[in-house]
Amino acid sequence: MHTHGGDDFVQLLTPEGERLDHPDYPLDVTGDEVRALYRDLVMMRRFDLEATALQRHGELGLFTPIVGQEAAQIGAGRAMRPGDFAYTSYREHGIAWCRGIEPLTLMGLFRGVTNGGWNPYEHNMAIYSIVIGDHVPHAVGYAMGIQRDGTDDVALAFFGDGATSQGDVHEAFVFAAAFHSPVLFFLQNNHFAISVPVETQSRHQLVKRADGYGIPGIRVDGNDVLASLAVTRAALQRIREGGGPMLIEAVTYRMGSHTTSDDPTRYRPHDALEHWATRDPLERVLRLMEREGWADGDFIAGLDAEANAMGATLRDGTRALTPPDPLTMFDHVYAEPHQQVTDDRAFLARYLQAAPSGDLT
Amino acid sequence: MVAALNAALRASLDRDSKVLLMGEDIATLGGVFRVTDGLAKDFGEQRVIDAPLAESTIIGAAVGLAMRGYRPVCEIQFDGFVFPAFDQIVTQVAKLRVRTDGQVAMPIVIRLPFGGGIGAVEHHSESPEAYFVHTPGLRVMAPATPADAFVMLQQAIASDDPVIFLEPKRRYWDRGEVDLNVDIAHATLMGRARVTRSGSDVTIACYGPMLRTCLEAAEVAAEEGRSLEVVDLRSLSPIDFPTLVASVERTSRLVVVHEAQGMASVGAEIAAVIAERCFWSMEAPVIRVAGFHTPYPPNRLEQHYLPDVERILDAVDRSMAY
Repeated sequence: MHTHGGDDFVQLLTPEGERLDHPDYPLDVTGDEVRALYRDLVMMRRFDLEATALQRHGELGLFTPIVGQEAAQIGAGRAMRPGDFAYTSYREHGIAWCRGIEPLTLMGLFRGVTNGGWNPYEHNMAIYSIVIGDHVPHAVGYAMGIQRDGTDDVALAFFGDGATSQGDVHEAFVFAAAFHSPVLFFLQNNHFAISVPVETQSRHQLVKRADGYGIPGIRVDGNDVLASLAVTRAALQRIREGGGPMLIEAVTYRMGSHTTSDDPTRYRPHDALEHWATRDPLERVLRLMEREGWADGDFIAGLDAEANAMGATLRDGTRALTPPDPLTMFDHVYAEPHQQVTDDRAFLARYLQAAPSGDLT
Repeated sequence: MVAALNAALRASLDRDSKVLLMGEDIATLGGVFRVTDGLAKDFGEQRVIDAPLAESTIIGAAVGLAMRGYRPVCEIQFDGFVFPAFDQIVTQVAKLRVRTDGQVAMPIVIRLPFGGGIGAVEHHSESPEAYFVHTPGLRVMAPATPADAFVMLQQAIASDDPVIFLEPKRRYWDRGEVDLNVDIAHATLMGRARVTRSGSDVTIACYGPMLRTCLEAAEVAAEEGRSLEVVDLRSLSPIDFPTLVASVERTSRLVVVHEAQGMASVGAEIAAVIAERCFWSMEAPVIRVAGFHTPYPPNRLEQHYLPDVERILDAVDRSMAY
């Protein structure tokens, strides 16, 4: 089936590193801007390697690799304004990076010392949503709040091709359309929901669903950071000006596993990695910079040193993340005291005191 | 009671501009039970929102509104329609505060007309409270009288915790004195039970639609020379065990009454806790009078399913027989 294939998407930078023009999505970028985007991509790829290695060393229970999807996320993330608010799934490390969340902060969830990790209001990004599609209605509700506040902020919902089969995602589209809410649905089609291919989620291109809800949809090369940036920027501008909700389908490919517990060799077509490697999100930016004379040896070496430093910080910091005091599990279950929680907390406190951990058999 | 709830919503909308109402048919129609009658006209469609017919996103959108600083009050039209929203309630509404170390508040009220006895078609007479009582992070409240409905709904809306607010639909048309000038801050505290009728032989614990039935049973029992103490729980999460324990220590006997199925129910939890805390005071085991372990039956059979005065008195007899 080829309905999901084809290159009928917005592309501004070919896999060979050639700039393309697009009548609807013009993008003027300077060497500095491209270098900054490349830095983001390199840091994300290194983060992915380091976190995967930490899991293999037993320092993380699990990790969800981003490899292959860096451009879609960095392009979208860099198009956002500080006042915009992102709701994401658990693979959106690139969005977190763009929202100023330190890579080490993401490790708490995967190391099992927190179920969240950051204050959403400090970064205007909700904590990762694990249940597929649950957060998409939240973005719509947040956008309904923006409407009532009368600002021109936008709420963004990041989700994958698998999530499009969830009822909540359908409902979110319906609400957003009904209320003309300032929300951008950013769909990363990475071709798999764990093992199930996108063809099982939809018989035709997912972007076409937008039409059914009466909202505009755009299909973009998700491995092209310039296209992702330009299309997201244009969509956000349209939404800010009162244009209502929009859908972007970023066509990309999950080059890694679903999680570090997964074995993609059981379901991934044997030549898929080879094919998608020729469309690598980083390689094409490097070629562009070389072509334009924007990246010299010092820049590349400096980036390498920065990535090494980030890796070292991540490794040391992750190992230093220790479980919190057991009694903290009772904090914040309720805003106001709840007798059941108070009683259970008192029980565990007494129990731990009577039989300190390690003495139990 | 409908008018009391309407007045509570109106007072809350007046008091706090962040309060919003959202639900199916609540604006133009005023709700199928007319609880929101007239509110859209007075507060506008930005604050009283007719939602698309999608329960899960009524709650899911409320989560996003709460994160933006609003206090959504959602109406789920009937008890049996809450299940499409179940995931959003237990996975998101109940957990977001703790998952964000207290940074994100979820001041959401989910109004749920519940219970049977009105001859409704299936899925319109259910009592799903145990699912929510079982879920940490939620508060569950069930008023039994118009006066409590007026106070408790305002308390629920003012709370920074999410509240499942169970409205006893067969008591919607009950009349009762309501003090509209009651100071909410000094009313009976949220989470407290109330001894509605004092007695000495058996404690009857109940809530919502069963309070009136239990008070009727107490009247009949009194004629037979038995003194029943009726405790209206009012709150199901938390359950006010201190009030209940004090009552049982006086009477030595407890019967718990609710419409919901008895298996793994609020009554089951109460029986377990009272057995733990009142073991040496008890003259009889806790007896439950509850719905049966069947789906809610066709309405022509509901009088056999729902606890009534006779079944409550039968339980009292069994308790007294020990």
